[in-house]
Amino acid sequence: MNFDKELDARGLNCPLPILRAKKALAEVESGQVLKILSTDPGSVKDFAAFAKQTGNELLSTAEAGGEFTFFMKKK
Amino acid sequence: MEQKKMAIIATKGTLDWAYPPFILASTAAALGYETQIFFTFYGLQLVRKDLSVLKVSPLGNPGMPMKMPFGPKWFKSINWNMPNAIQAIIPGYENVATALMKQTIANNGVATIPDLRELCQEAEVKFIACQMTVELFGFEHSDFIDGLEYGGAATFFEFAGETDICLFI
Repeated sequence: MNFDKELDARGLNCPLPILRAKKALAEVESGQVLKILSTDPGSVKDFAAFAKQTGNELLSTAEAGGEFTFFMKKK
Repeated sequence: MEQKKMAIIATKGTLDWAYPPFILASTAAALGYETQIFFTFYGLQLVRKDLSVLKVSPLGNPGMPMKMPFGPKWFKSINWNMPNAIQAIIPGYENVATALMKQTIANNGVATIPDLRELCQEAEVKFIACQMTVELFGFEHSDFIDGLEYGGAATFFEFAGETDICLFI
């Protein structure tokens, strides 16, 4: 998937992936896509909840070998 | 949609209990909440300039696992809980437990308290310190970080009365 910015949140734990994502989203334009990498298993539910509450769209969530990849489109 | 609001009263002054208010406040701010923390009694320790005062005590805390943050897996899984009477007579027990907890925090990619507090401030979480407790405990305003407001219970209610979430920690 195409993306405009990448955030490496691997090795970080709650709530840092969310806080970093919020910051990274502030640096892209509306409609642009942020790719997020994470190793925190709690981030799967957290990014879904974050998207729901902030109106940013979670385009996809994928897991491979204990690593999670999210694509989020800025509102 | 009107902006949501959250207020927290932070009353605990230990390293472990420093986490809930700062984690919740920083996350709330990231979710778009207008957020305020009222620091009172021992919670004032969380807004000191010097955060090295924050310690964790396993004494009288049966819920706290005492595990080593280093060594092979079998060693890390041992729980070293000791009877309270023994913990109480070992000098420096709290300092050692605090150092071990800080190492465990670092090993797990959990933010430090200074980092979380700074993230809260960057996100414009409003910090209010209880003026009455500042005087009661003999603190000076210069003991605390910049950007604090000082107020009392009525100041807290002014904001808390309009919140969607209000927590006592």
